[in-house]
Amino acid sequence: MTQLSSRINARSDEFKAKSDDMAALVADLKTKLAKIELGGGPVALERHLARGKLLPRQRVEKLLDAGSPFLELSQFAAFDVYDEEVPAAGIIAGIGRVSGVECMIIANDATVKGGTYYPITVKKHLRAQEIASRCHLPCIYLVDSGGANLPRQDEVFPDRDHFGRIFYNQAQMSAKGIPQIAVVMGLCTAGGAYVPAMADESIIVKEQGTIFLAGPPLVKAATGEEVSAEELGGADVHTKISGVADHLAQNDEHALELARRAVLRLNHQKQINSLLSPVKPPKFDINELYGIVGTDLKKPFDVKEVIARIVDDSDFDEFKANYGATLVCGFARIHGYPVGIVANNGILFSESAQKGAHFIELCCQRKIPLLFLQNITGFMVGKKYEHEGIAKHGAKMVTAVSCANVPKFTVIIGGSYGAGNYGMCGRAFEPTMMWMWPNARISVMGGEQAAGVLATVRRDGLARKGEAWSIEDEKAFKAPIIAQYDKEGHPYHASARLWDDGIIDPAQTRDVVGLALSAALNAPIEDTRFGVFRM
Amino acid sequence: MLTNSMFTKLLIANRGEIACRIIKTAQAMGVRTVALYSDADKNARHVAMADESFYLGGSAPADSYLKGDLIIEIAKKAQAQAIHPGYGFLSENADFARKCEAAGIVFVGPGSDAIDAMGSKSAAKAIMTAAQVPLVPGYHGDDQTDATLKAEALKIGFPMLIKAAYGGGGKGMRIVEHEGEIMDAINSARREAASSFGNDKLLMERYLRQPRHVEVQVFADTFGNAIYLSDRDCSIQRRHQKVVEEAPAPGLSDELRAQMGEAAVAAAKAIDYVGAGTVEFLLDTDNSFYFMEMNTRLQVEHPVTEMVTGQDLVKWQLMVASGQPLPLKQDEVRIHGHAFEVRIYAEDPQNEFLPASGKLNFLREPEQSKYVRIDSGIRENDVISNFYDPMIAKLIVWDESRPRALQRLVHALESYQISGLKHNIEFLANIAEHPAFAKADFSTDFINRYGDALIGSASSETDTAIAFAALYQVLARKEAAKAQAINSADPYSPWGQVSGFRLNSVSQHTIALLDDAHELQQLVLLDFGDHYLLSQPAADGQVSKSLSGELKQDLLLAEINGHKSKVPVSAQGDDFTLFLPSGSYHFRAVKTQVVEAESSNEDKLKAPMNGTVVTHLVEVGAEVKAGQGLLVMEAMKMEYTIEAPFDGIVTEFYFKAGELVSDGAVLLHVEPKAQSEEA
Repeated sequence: MTQLSSRINARSDEFKAKSDDMAALVADLKTKLAKIELGGGPVALERHLARGKLLPRQRVEKLLDAGSPFLELSQFAAFDVYDEEVPAAGIIAGIGRVSGVECMIIANDATVKGGTYYPITVKKHLRAQEIASRCHLPCIYLVDSGGANLPRQDEVFPDRDHFGRIFYNQAQMSAKGIPQIAVVMGLCTAGGAYVPAMADESIIVKEQGTIFLAGPPLVKAATGEEVSAEELGGADVHTKISGVADHLAQNDEHALELARRAVLRLNHQKQINSLLSPVKPPKFDINELYGIVGTDLKKPFDVKEVIARIVDDSDFDEFKANYGATLVCGFARIHGYPVGIVANNGILFSESAQKGAHFIELCCQRKIPLLFLQNITGFMVGKKYEHEGIAKHGAKMVTAVSCANVPKFTVIIGGSYGAGNYGMCGRAFEPTMMWMWPNARISVMGGEQAAGVLATVRRDGLARKGEAWSIEDEKAFKAPIIAQYDKEGHPYHASARLWDDGIIDPAQTRDVVGLALSAALNAPIEDTRFGVFRM
Repeated sequence: MLTNSMFTKLLIANRGEIACRIIKTAQAMGVRTVALYSDADKNARHVAMADESFYLGGSAPADSYLKGDLIIEIAKKAQAQAIHPGYGFLSENADFARKCEAAGIVFVGPGSDAIDAMGSKSAAKAIMTAAQVPLVPGYHGDDQTDATLKAEALKIGFPMLIKAAYGGGGKGMRIVEHEGEIMDAINSARREAASSFGNDKLLMERYLRQPRHVEVQVFADTFGNAIYLSDRDCSIQRRHQKVVEEAPAPGLSDELRAQMGEAAVAAAKAIDYVGAGTVEFLLDTDNSFYFMEMNTRLQVEHPVTEMVTGQDLVKWQLMVASGQPLPLKQDEVRIHGHAFEVRIYAEDPQNEFLPASGKLNFLREPEQSKYVRIDSGIRENDVISNFYDPMIAKLIVWDESRPRALQRLVHALESYQISGLKHNIEFLANIAEHPAFAKADFSTDFINRYGDALIGSASSETDTAIAFAALYQVLARKEAAKAQAINSADPYSPWGQVSGFRLNSVSQHTIALLDDAHELQQLVLLDFGDHYLLSQPAADGQVSKSLSGELKQDLLLAEINGHKSKVPVSAQGDDFTLFLPSGSYHFRAVKTQVVEAESSNEDKLKAPMNGTVVTHLVEVGAEVKAGQGLLVMEAMKMEYTIEAPFDGIVTEFYFKAGELVSDGAVLLHVEPKAQSEEA
């Protein structure tokens, strides 16, 4: 047991300035989020409420156990992606406790474009299902959606990871014994009809829920039959005649209560094979992360100061502390769960990459989940390093990360660039969940570097033609590239496209990781079989 | 027969607090005690206190505590030399007293002749007239025909009182304000008299508008000694049931006190009375007093007399019954200080004082001392059954003067904590704190006159109570989660911490509570780890309260905006009660407002409580109007009329007259008019 110490001076002007900068980013995040949480705007909200329905966030609240945490996913999905605003991509997804069981809750927001599925809506729905599948979390679908967004059908319907995948996932999860429960609280048309139909158990709200493959207008167009929505596929029809739904609810609240009872009947018990410890809070104030990290990615910080504020009792047993020191590896606990931490303290060298691969092997052998704290500009470059085989040493780490079958969590706490992103379990490496801090940036390389590379190529080209390139022209050439990288590497841009599972306030990192770790432990940790390590 | 030596074994033919009270004195005197119990009382406190106990029968009094022959059999079997009847049940049953005498068992009370003499109010008044005890004008005759009663009523004048000749305690009593009401009142009084006392004979008398009820405790022995032991004022009554009693009666001159005392002794002597008795008078505003009745038993309110005389009246009863002389002569009786008694009842003052039954799942009594005494037969988790009087306890306080005793009363009521059942503690506290009561400016219509103010809304500090309730709710959730987590496979899980965690937001707890007024309070408590913030609507917008605290079993240690206080809490499932200085506040935590398909009109055709069907007011097939009486049921010796909730046709009664029905049972079916026409 090694307790980390802290060397920061929280009273210094520099610390205060950095802290203020980060606080401003967090405030901006919260302001934008507050607007997103309003859903489809006052008119749509009023219309929704006038129908006697609860708002989607109220539904989630009432479905959850009293006081249960709710780990929401992808709050910024579809943010600034489309010409129109589609707050949270019109779907709320997150993990919460229902009747004592950690569940994935996926709730359509009918106040946002009638709850129709935009491309990002589909992506968010599938991602939530993927997490549920990985963590063995029962899924509860609160359905209130007009189905696929018709104008964008080519981005929503045909491909592998499009609309149909929702139902494929339901069937696959059900087959794995992961319960699927649907609550029909509004429209459930066309493809959407398969959500309750594919569910293990389904509930439908009287005079609100409807399920049909084709709605009344389509029926009339197709066969000339005139029928009301309620007659065609209302709650009475499906609980008395068709059997498409199993339970009739009097209203939204009743439906949610029935869903809670359905979870109670799952006969589910979480099994954990890890050695657990009583939780001790960190010795240092987590809010100091603001002043330690700041917002200027060029200013380095000691990642152990971050670890000391995230792990139980600030207790961190470091592995190979003096070898490859730019990668910090070690064992700790978060909310009582054992975790192996891999964190950047500078650029990756061959030694650090080898150490990282070794450490990941240890964690897989011991079935200890991994937490990656990413702040990496990349691997070291240059002749010396290429000659010593940094590419193959880096590959060892990437192999280890790719094959590791323990739950993996990634938090981008600074830069995430190039092959550093790969070695540190970027999105392509299937972390169980992944988040960004608001100060973080993600791109193939830094904007300056990219602009520099492109400028060099251009200058060389001009030189070949014997043309000169003034400093001013070069600056003007580089500026839009730098601006583009800055915009596209920004967390809002990244999170809007689901390159991560959400942007998080650094002060909540410990709780977010703790909740995610705990949720992931609903699934047994599989054995890992590694690929060939290039020696 | 035993003379002069104390009994060695006493059987108590009663239950509840009075049985406990008698057992206490008997045990202090070294007398062994035998208790009796019904089905409902198997685990009652009086059974636990007695040296031995015997089973009587079913819970209804007629199947148990009124079975005189069986009780005498048991007394013989148990070799008890005496039977103490307490009050109520067989205490004023001359037949029973006679049977005891015949069986060679001492009946702790007056002779059967004295009971007979006073048992009929008409006979009693004749005797009192002869003994020159002043009487209120009235009719006590045997001719009970409608015509005679009506004629006599007109002679007496209005307002007048009709009551059961063989009754007591306000049952079968009716006040008639004018001629038109006479026959209705006579009929219903007869019915109640017959069902409560087995005899429908009525008497009538002039009704005094502003009288006080002042009574005198008398005691007589077998040697012809009779004395009086102070007077009591029992003017604070509700429907002729005493609510607050005090001794001595305030504001009486020594001369008047002596006059009343002597009149009471004269009354006792006129019937060769033996033992403890009470002579009740009406005291008019001009200090004239009229004999009302004599109770030939130990009264419920005897403790106030004990407190001011320093005597144990049960001990006196046992001494007299065992043939010993009275321990004091009249001039040795000393009155010291002032005492109050209040009767704590399981009833709902906000709902016509409807008696409550059920489990009393939380009970904290004020600490007893020389100033505070509690006579009770009920412990925490005991059940108040609907078969008997729903009294929970008597709270008795004493101090040197009336104002000081009153202060004790107020304080003791404040610290009396009961939940699980509706009770009248706030109502009693409101009486005790009423300025007119403090000035002893009252008559028997005190509760009627100040009714609304006394019943109150009990919600003077609702906002504060809601803040405490919200804090309690969150702390209780956390405690419950902790207890649950400990035994799970994942004991430290952040999912089980009830943190209310929200990503990129303050942790929050949503709370929905139903308050006493059945108002739904929906609150959000922001959780900052070391404290909570609650925003509440106020006259000038929203106010924000900072809350923190911890839960120590039944005690909520709370801090609200820097003010620390200790709040006792009792919880039962989703229900909990907070005991604040301003009163107790009950809440129910609700998760979701589930609407089950059930019409509220149906509820109005359900029995409001456990009881018996008295009569059907209409026939099956009758067309009825909304508000029309359909069925009368009796519960706790009170009649309730079930009215039609809407126009319709009565299609079926599910219970016949005389059948027992339980709380919530649907009593009959009424087909709504519109539907029956369609059909």
